[in-house]
Amino acid sequence: MAVSTSKFNYIDCDPDLCIGCQICEYVCSYTKNGEYNTYHSRIRTVRVDEVLITAIACRTCENAPCVISCPQKALSQDPETGTIRLEATKCDGCAWCIDACDFGAISMNHEARLVEICDQCENEEDGPQCVLWCPKEALALTTPEQRAQKSRRELIKQEVIGPK
Amino acid sequence: MFGYSGKILHIDLIEQKTWVEGKTEDWYKIWIGGVSMATRLCWENITPGCDPYSPENPVCFANGIFAGTPVPVGGKYGLASKSPMTGFIGDSLSGSWFSIALKRASWDGVVIHGTSEEWVYIFIDDERVEFRDASKLMGLGTFAAEEAIRDELADDQVRSATIGPAGENMVRFANVTNDGRQAGRTGHGSVWASKKLKAVSVRGTKGITVADPETLNKLSFDITKAAQGPHTSKYRLLGTVTNVLNMNKLGLLPTRNYQEGVFEDAEMVSGEFLHEHNKVKTIACAQCPIACEQMSMVKTGPWAGAMTGIEYECLFANSSNLGINDINAAIKLIEIADQGGMDAMSMGITLSWAMESFEKGVLTKEDFKCEKHPDGLELTFGNGMAAVATAEMIRDQVAVGKLLSQGTKRASETIDKERGTKSYQWAMHSKGMETAGYEARGLKTFSLGSAVGTRGPCHNRTAAYDPDIKGVVDRFTVDDTRGELARSTEEYAAVYDTLPLCKFIRRCFTGKADRAGAWPMIAKLINATTGWNYEYDDIDLIGERAFTIKKAFNIREGWKRTDDTLPYRWMNEPMTKGPSAGHFTSDEELEYMKDLYYKAKGWNNDGMIPKEKLKELGMPDVAEQIGV
Repeated sequence: MAVSTSKFNYIDCDPDLCIGCQICEYVCSYTKNGEYNTYHSRIRTVRVDEVLITAIACRTCENAPCVISCPQKALSQDPETGTIRLEATKCDGCAWCIDACDFGAISMNHEARLVEICDQCENEEDGPQCVLWCPKEALALTTPEQRAQKSRRELIKQEVIGPK
Repeated sequence: MFGYSGKILHIDLIEQKTWVEGKTEDWYKIWIGGVSMATRLCWENITPGCDPYSPENPVCFANGIFAGTPVPVGGKYGLASKSPMTGFIGDSLSGSWFSIALKRASWDGVVIHGTSEEWVYIFIDDERVEFRDASKLMGLGTFAAEEAIRDELADDQVRSATIGPAGENMVRFANVTNDGRQAGRTGHGSVWASKKLKAVSVRGTKGITVADPETLNKLSFDITKAAQGPHTSKYRLLGTVTNVLNMNKLGLLPTRNYQEGVFEDAEMVSGEFLHEHNKVKTIACAQCPIACEQMSMVKTGPWAGAMTGIEYECLFANSSNLGINDINAAIKLIEIADQGGMDAMSMGITLSWAMESFEKGVLTKEDFKCEKHPDGLELTFGNGMAAVATAEMIRDQVAVGKLLSQGTKRASETIDKERGTKSYQWAMHSKGMETAGYEARGLKTFSLGSAVGTRGPCHNRTAAYDPDIKGVVDRFTVDDTRGELARSTEEYAAVYDTLPLCKFIRRCFTGKADRAGAWPMIAKLINATTGWNYEYDDIDLIGERAFTIKKAFNIREGWKRTDDTLPYRWMNEPMTKGPSAGHFTSDEELEYMKDLYYKAKGWNNDGMIPKEKLKELGMPDVAEQIGV
């Protein structure tokens, strides 16, 4: 399984906080495609059962398998941010990258025959719109290292002060 | 046209064919969506006077104006048929993904006609409709059936409304479930079963566009954020179950089949207790930023592992109302209802009727004898084990479960005829639907609202308890303001039920939930979605029209003034304990309040609607058929 690097940001969802409302998907599809359609969201909520709910978007993997798998060389990874860039003229919608992604974070736009991947709203002044809208602050733009730090701090707090 | 596709999908189960009906923008401006449009579709497609279980009773879905947009709590649909419980309009609402999938499949409404020979489920795949064999789904619980359909169609985006085993077995108060939410009341599940319809599944892949997305986003964003503040804390933190202690304090918590309004062990079945001992997670419907559903689990004992969402109405019906102080029994009972696909309120109140009947010797151990319980059961108040066993007997139609599966009205009528008893005196229903979790003897305005309810006594279709509890009026007496209050509170509720928007958002628009606080913002949301120019008065009209079409439907089905009544107990027996002791609604009080109410509605003293009134509301065809 591919892993996220420690240096790049990605959109993380805390399953304890996620209520499964899908507002992130509405906002994402509107921001990116101009219509509300969760099929065209680059972040996807997943409801495994009645209470196990979370959301997944691109994890900005190191040596991103999607980039490696692309036969058309349409995908590349930004060395600064780790986000995956798509060269639309090269992409023929073959979906190899979708196969390669262990997180299921890439989807196909059938009308455009192009794949869609989270770019952390790089063109939006106030950053990722899903994070901005999330009513429960379950979503965060974070790195694995930051997330680990947060977990460690919460663990210590719980052990010393007791549960919330 | 924005906000609507302009298309209603008709499905005929007999010929297995479909057709599309176009509707004009003017039609939508009158009927909007939710319960109003669902009732209107039922009005247009039913054969008046038909048996609710006949092919002539249609299943009518109506979507919401805001489904699939970021408008908070707008992901809801209305479902209407003639109710097998009341013989009048059966209109329910349910939230979450189903409505959004239907919207993205581009259907404003769906009408299902006829009956099928074999069990089927319908798959609406955008514009294509498939009739699929349901034999593999038979006997599956509601959640399991949804999963099985997703597996069969290999797409986790497929959303289904299903009936459970209780529905299949024709439990009269069976309901329809989607995404863990229910179109809960009035018996839709048994209507579907009479059509051999196990489920309706939808895959909608199209995007939704609105007239003014920038404005709609801005408004929605602000409401989403406001919904995290004090205006929703009641719902977010403990959920509606917080009402157990609130109601108990007022002497309004139905206890032991509404014999009293205070429960000595209320603490043990309270929202606070549930939160501390059983809560697993709070979850939301799709498109809802509040999240009120308290997913709760039994952790120890014979029912360990039972889990479902708990809210107040289900909880009171299956705890204090049964004299049960074991929260685990209450959770198990509600799980049986939810997975089995039954209305947990009607089930609880039917159980409490049976408990009182058992204690009074009307039912005996013998009645419960079956393979699983060869010695019968002692269904006394507080006996959780017996209650759970009886709930399963209702779902499975075993022994006395067959009788109880017909609800309190029919069960009491059957027993009284057979045994010469008077169990109707403790059958807590009006028009055949079981009462809600607000003891109406201590809420005079609400007792009027309950009596005149078009689908029976309901806490959701009228907010008439509000002026009573808030102290706007004296809740123990009757005066000449009650007719107008009942009118105003039911039409207020009808606005939310028609758009539909969940009422829990009502304070998040401006901090004030009244018309002045909410209507201007609701008008802006409608206008940004549709491009219309709705104003304050138009919002008021939405509620009045919704209630009018429901009442018109009932009149055409033979409604008379005497149908607007209350359970015998509420009209004859005062409670003896707590702050609401000593009160009941007398016949004179009720008739006086009904006079006031019909007048406030602009109806005649028999409760019939004048032709002129109907024409004024833009319903000339209704005026023609039932106007006076």
